[in-house]
This record gives sequence, structure tokens and C-alpha cells, in this order.
Amino acid sequence: MSQIQPVFFYFFAGVAIAFSLLVIFKKNPVSSAFSLVMVFFAFAGIYALLQAHLVATLQILVYTGAIMVLFVFVLMLLNIKNTPIDWKGTSLIRIGTTVGVSAMLAVFFIVSFKKANFVPASGLFSPERVDEMGGNTQVLAELMFSEYILPFELTSVLLLGAIVGTVAIAMRKNKRGES
Amino acid sequence: MMDDFWWITTGLKVLFVLIVLLQVTPIMVWVERRGSALIQNRLGPNRVGPLGLIQSLADALKFIFKEDRVPGHAYKFYYFLAPLISLIPAFMTFAVVPFASSIMIDGREVVFQAAEMNVGLLYIFAIASLGVYGIIMAGWASNNKYALFGSLRSTAQMISYELSMGLSIVGILMVFSSVELGEIARGQGEILFQLGPFAIQKWGVFIQPVGFFIFLTSVFAETNRLPFDLPEGESEIVAGYHLEYGSMKMALFFMAEYVNMFTGAAVVSTLFFGGWQMLPGMPLILDSLGFTGMTHEWTRVLFEHLSFGMKVAFFMWLFVWVRWTLPRFRYDQLMDIGWKFMLPLSLVNIFVTGMMIYWGVL
Repeated sequence: MSQIQPVFFYFFAGVAIAFSLLVIFKKNPVSSAFSLVMVFFAFAGIYALLQAHLVATLQILVYTGAIMVLFVFVLMLLNIKNTPIDWKGTSLIRIGTTVGVSAMLAVFFIVSFKKANFVPASGLFSPERVDEMGGNTQVLAELMFSEYILPFELTSVLLLGAIVGTVAIAMRKNKRGES
Repeated sequence: MMDDFWWITTGLKVLFVLIVLLQVTPIMVWVERRGSALIQNRLGPNRVGPLGLIQSLADALKFIFKEDRVPGHAYKFYYFLAPLISLIPAFMTFAVVPFASSIMIDGREVVFQAAEMNVGLLYIFAIASLGVYGIIMAGWASNNKYALFGSLRSTAQMISYELSMGLSIVGILMVFSSVELGEIARGQGEILFQLGPFAIQKWGVFIQPVGFFIFLTSVFAETNRLPFDLPEGESEIVAGYHLEYGSMKMALFFMAEYVNMFTGAAVVSTLFFGGWQMLPGMPLILDSLGFTGMTHEWTRVLFEHLSFGMKVAFFMWLFVWVRWTLPRFRYDQLMDIGWKFMLPLSLVNIFVTGMMIYWGVL
């Protein structure tokens, strides 16, 4: 049940990698932002495959639905022109070193992951157990509002502080502009 | 779990939802045109077919056969993509809305809900928040000042109202302690109090009137319907984000709007008007029919479908009614209502609901 279906995993992982590359290589910043949306989507797909439906939904709700919308909004307002990558300043040695180091790192990771006999430790909340307790949303909500109430509330205070700070800075700049 | 039975029933449910959603647009276009005519004392379309019913079909044919021109200054790829991006989320959201309770077939329970997920409502919010990308993309890809203004307006508006929309339902979630729409609909079958022979059911609107008001207003804003249709605003920015669109691509934006309205109406009825809970009097009719066994069960499901359909139909009519009655807001008024009125009000609503649950009133 909890076994991730390989076909779907490779599909979503492939989409995520392909669009991550597009984020970097697209010349138009708005297209890059749209590609990043697709990356988040693919991540949500992988979370859903791992039976973490709530995380998948929140990923779409928060990252794609809210944060990226603001990103695109700002990019559209700034109206950045297409900037071609300037290759003049880069020497061949530098490119060679970068490619070489990346390739070596990739080989190192592949070998170490293959060598390691890694068996994921099954924690307190296995998918079966979570289903028994009434599903993802229920379990997370109960934990958040009982055991982890203090960190949860402190985070909200931190966010509130950030909002007030932002408004204060914006107001100060406005005043300076007027005078 | 995923055997033939599951595949067949789920397939049928998905097919049913898709067919209904596809029918919404032509019917609603007719209702909107006839309804506006009724309100403004005109005739409306009355030549094609009886009462002008075939008019929508004629419109669709016209859309299909119109020249599909692409403006030279547009970003071609995104220009083509935008209508699809706004249409797909619109069709996806209805998946978690229950349209009747369950029935036992072959000793197995079949729930009338395309996808039973324990994230329920959050799924609707997540997917609905993607609809804005279609509009942003359309406005930006058209490469036209008015279109860009339209999409900027819609982005600001949707993000502002998403907040109060999300907060307005927290009260309901607290009362029924679930985000699963099926569970919420089932919870509303309980009897709130007895008034002589009439039993008042625990419908959301009775226990969360403020939440209902905020949610309904936010749904209007999220679907870009008047009085919140600033992204289109014909008199100010010509037609907003779909200014550069024509033929079937324009029709897709239309479809997305009506399908979104339909989902909005369905969610409002599920959260605040008992969903598939039968309308007052219907249980009596069902009992007086005197069916037994499976016939009784299927009639009950039919009645539940009917009740749900009638509730949704009422809210669809409300959308039309409001559109042709109220004028458009000014943009600063729209933002003021969203941030300075609806948001604090929904926070107060959560607080009051929490206190009432704590004291055991709800």
C-alpha cells in the first residue's frame, strides 16, 4: 500500500527535473516562474504518492497557489527584459572545472547510495497507523493543537512580527519619499 | 480495494460529474441571458428553438467556426496555454463534492462523491487557487496594457479574498470537526431543535450565519462575478484579461467561469445548506410512496440528488440575480471590503465560534 508506484514516481521525478532545468535555462523570467510552478506540482504528486495527501495539498495551496502567484505578479510588474547569458567573461578552464566537479559529485552520490544498505526506519506514524487514527489531516491537526501547540503558536507570532516589520519599513520609506 | 467494482463505480461517478459540468455552461448562458432580460424588462433570446433554448447551441457553433486569430504581439505558447490552464482547475475542483449520501450495492457501500479524500475542502481551496494562473497567463501573454491590468487586478483580488474565504469556513470545520465534505454534509442531518411538527436541521447557515455571508461574498469575488468583476471591467479596461481572445479560446474562459460558479454554488450548499440532505417535506413524500428494499433506497438517492440539484440551482440563479442587480465596486472599495471588513469579521467569527463550542452551546 505504502509502496510508491515506480512508474508514477519516475514520471513526477522526471517532470520535476525537466522543469527545474527550464527554470534556469529559460531566458524570460516569467516563463521561468511558470516552470517553477510545474516543479512544485510534480513535488505535490510525489508527496501524494507517499500517502502524504495533506502535505501535497498544502504544497499546492501555499507554494503554487499563493507564493508563486506573488512571484509572477512582481516579475510582471518589474517587466524584466530577456537577458541573454553573457559567456564572454567565462574561461574554458572554469567551465571545465564546474562540469568535472559536478560529474564527480554525481558519481560519488550514486555510488554511496548504491553501497549503503539503507532500510528506512518505520517511525511511529506508518501509513497504516495514520489511516487507523482517522487519516492525515486528523492526526496532524490533533498533534499540532495538543503536543506542539507552543511551537505552532510561536511560529504564528513570528509571522505576525514579520508582517508588522514589513509594514513599518514600507511606511518609513513612504514618509521619506514625501518629505 | 482497487478491484473491478471500484474501477466501475468510480468511473461512472467521474463520468457523471463530467457530463453535468459540461452541461452547466450552455444552460447557464441561456439562464443568464433570459434572466437578465427578465430583470431589465426585455425579451432576451427567444427565436432559436422554444423559449430560445437552442440559442446556446447556436452560440457554440458560432464560436467553433469563427476565425481563430492570434495577435502578432502575443507570446504564442502561453497565449494558447492560458485558456486551458483556467479551464482544467475548474473541472478538477468538483471531485470532492458529495452529491448524495451512500447506497449499498452487492453488500458494499458506494458513496456518491467522485473522490473521497481526507483533505476534502483543502483540496478545493488548493485547486481553486490555481485558476488565477490562467488569468495571469492570459493577461501577460496577450502583451496588451489593458489585458495586463486585468490580470493584475484579478491577482490582487483573488489573493485578498482567498484569505477571508479560507477563514470563513474555519467555524464550520470547528463545529463538525472535519474537513471532509461528505462528513460535513452528514453532520448537518442532525436536528438542531424541534419546532412543533417541524424539525430544524443543523444546517451550516443556522449555526454559522456570519461565516455563510463571508463565504458567499468571497465566492462572488473568486469567480470574478459582478459586483466583483474588476478583472473584466468593460467600461475601464475594455474586457480585461481576455481582451485579445476570440472564438473557442474565449469560450473556454467563459466555460471556466461558469464551471467555477457551479462548484462555488455546490460548495456553498454543501457547507451551509445541508448538501444532499433532503429539503423539508421530502422525507414525508418518500415515506408516503411506500417503497421497500432497493426501490426505496434508489428513490432516496434520487431525492437526495434532486435536493442537492435544487439548492445548487438556487445559488446559480442568485449569481445571475446579483449580477444584473448590483453595479460594480470601485477598486479601492473592493480592497477595503476585503481587508478591513471581511478579514476582521471572519477572525471575530472564529473566536466567537470557539467560545461557543467551549461553553457547549454548539
